[in-house]
Amino acid sequence: MSEPVIAARDLVKRYGDFAAVDGLSFEVAPGESFGLLGPNGAGKSTTMRMVGAVSTRTAGELSILGLDPDAFGPEIRSQLGVVPQSDNLDTELRVRENLLVYGRYFGLPGKLVAERADELLAFAQLEEKGKAKVDSLSGGMKRRLTIARALINDPRVLLLDEPTTGLDPQARHILWDRLFRLKEQGTTLLLTTHYMDEAEQLCDRLVVVDKGAIMAEGTPAELIRRYSSREVLEVRFGSDRNSDVAGRLTGIGDRMEVLPDRILVYSDDGEAELVRITEAGLHPITSLVRRSSLEDVFLRLTGRSLIE
Amino acid sequence: MSQGLSTATRSDTARAIAAGRKPRRWGAWYVALHRFRVMKSYTGTVVVAGIGSPLVYLYALGVGLATIVDANLGDQAVGGVSYLVFVAPALLASAAITVASEEFTYPIMLGYKWNPTFTGMSASPLRPTQIVDGVVISVAIRMAVNLVLFLALIIVFGAAPSPIAFLMVVAGLLGGLAFGAVLMAYTSTLEEDTGQLAMVMRFVVLPMTLFSGTFFPLSIFPVWLQWIGWISPLWHSTELARVFSYGYAEPIWLTVVHVAYLAALIAIGWVWARRIAVRRLGR
Repeated sequence: MSEPVIAARDLVKRYGDFAAVDGLSFEVAPGESFGLLGPNGAGKSTTMRMVGAVSTRTAGELSILGLDPDAFGPEIRSQLGVVPQSDNLDTELRVRENLLVYGRYFGLPGKLVAERADELLAFAQLEEKGKAKVDSLSGGMKRRLTIARALINDPRVLLLDEPTTGLDPQARHILWDRLFRLKEQGTTLLLTTHYMDEAEQLCDRLVVVDKGAIMAEGTPAELIRRYSSREVLEVRFGSDRNSDVAGRLTGIGDRMEVLPDRILVYSDDGEAELVRITEAGLHPITSLVRRSSLEDVFLRLTGRSLIE
Repeated sequence: MSQGLSTATRSDTARAIAAGRKPRRWGAWYVALHRFRVMKSYTGTVVVAGIGSPLVYLYALGVGLATIVDANLGDQAVGGVSYLVFVAPALLASAAITVASEEFTYPIMLGYKWNPTFTGMSASPLRPTQIVDGVVISVAIRMAVNLVLFLALIIVFGAAPSPIAFLMVVAGLLGGLAFGAVLMAYTSTLEEDTGQLAMVMRFVVLPMTLFSGTFFPLSIFPVWLQWIGWISPLWHSTELARVFSYGYAEPIWLTVVHVAYLAALIAIGWVWARRIAVRRLGR
């Protein structure tokens, strides 16, 4: 196994009395795509800013590309591409200018930056928009431009903080496709998300984070195997009846979660559980059998759903 | 630290060390280049402010108002020179204050908050202190351009008799940057602009312009009002500019005080702004 590109041990960030990050430890290998999964306020963005050598840690050890961010901030940042949670493109400049100016911050020669800017505009499917004003771009286009800007220095590691939050499904899929290509080219990705499908699509390995601490770690498939069943049966009896009915469902499935709007029954065979429920004389208004997802893992680990 | 690392990571480390060199040395200039690119989008304003407003002020005050002043007091109206010669250095010094109050307020709010380009910069190899330095460098250069234009117009108006009148540009720069550096630091502390910047314009910049010996000598005031001038960077740079422009007679120690006071303000404001940047961008 090769040495990690990012190594964090007992990482802590405190603001006054509040510990935004409370003892995180993880390692990311070269070329790996690693996810931090958790609800809003879990400490994901703070972790990203520390790994990005911008925010200084309160305690713990952190090494990026074998360097300590406290002493080698500019050096580390020269090898990172950063896609922050909210776009901070320069709205006073045009689309292509954003790439040119940003490339100069790395001390790269103007000619090289200009070449890369054109390649990246193509990569981000923005060739036509080079002279456009940033504000005239759609949300998805702005996001792609932010990613293009993050790639202007040909980074070893790409940090993506909630890359697709707020985008419509089509824009998300275009973006995932672009990120997948980078992954294929061997770029190390560190991303945060609170979307399960995104984590399943993009992450080789991930940690589930809640309240600044790690709840579980593994590949998406491992986590599902460890913390959930193969299938999930969702039944709805109406908002006021769900909890009543739940009491009469003992012995059905491996495990059950009662949510305000539905009951989740965890089992390796969802259809069979549904048959048993109807045989018991209970008739749900709607029922659905699906495969387990990371959403279920999170629910199991924290007792809460991810998107509140 | 690098002991035990694989060759792959070690070459990444070496690549990082090499790539950090140029930004460490030149980062502030990269920021200044960004500011120039942005300023290009308001070149019109810069030119109009650079040529138009000196013309208007020199004509209105130095010719218009001067006609009345000189008619009543003679052509050695104020301190032995005509009113135009008296007021011209002050107008030049005020122009630097105007540039400072444009460039060190809204662009700073913009960079930290409204369109957080400073946050974007701080994710690149640039350091927060370099962002501050770059802004100061770019504004100083823009200010110098404005002041040279102003000086040229003063010479055209025949209102700069001394052979070392060109040093007025230095006096103007010192005053503009002294006020600007402190203003930049103050703006950097604002999490939100709920009218504070407009208040600064109304209750600091405007009174300072009126009470800094600009249009009439500070000595006209009773002593208990003269302190406004003493703390005002504009008064110090105006007096300095007068020394250069027409050999205004003041004790040499006072000239030294002008320079020292302005330099101290620049240093304090600049260091303060850097510290805020480190704190604010490194949260």
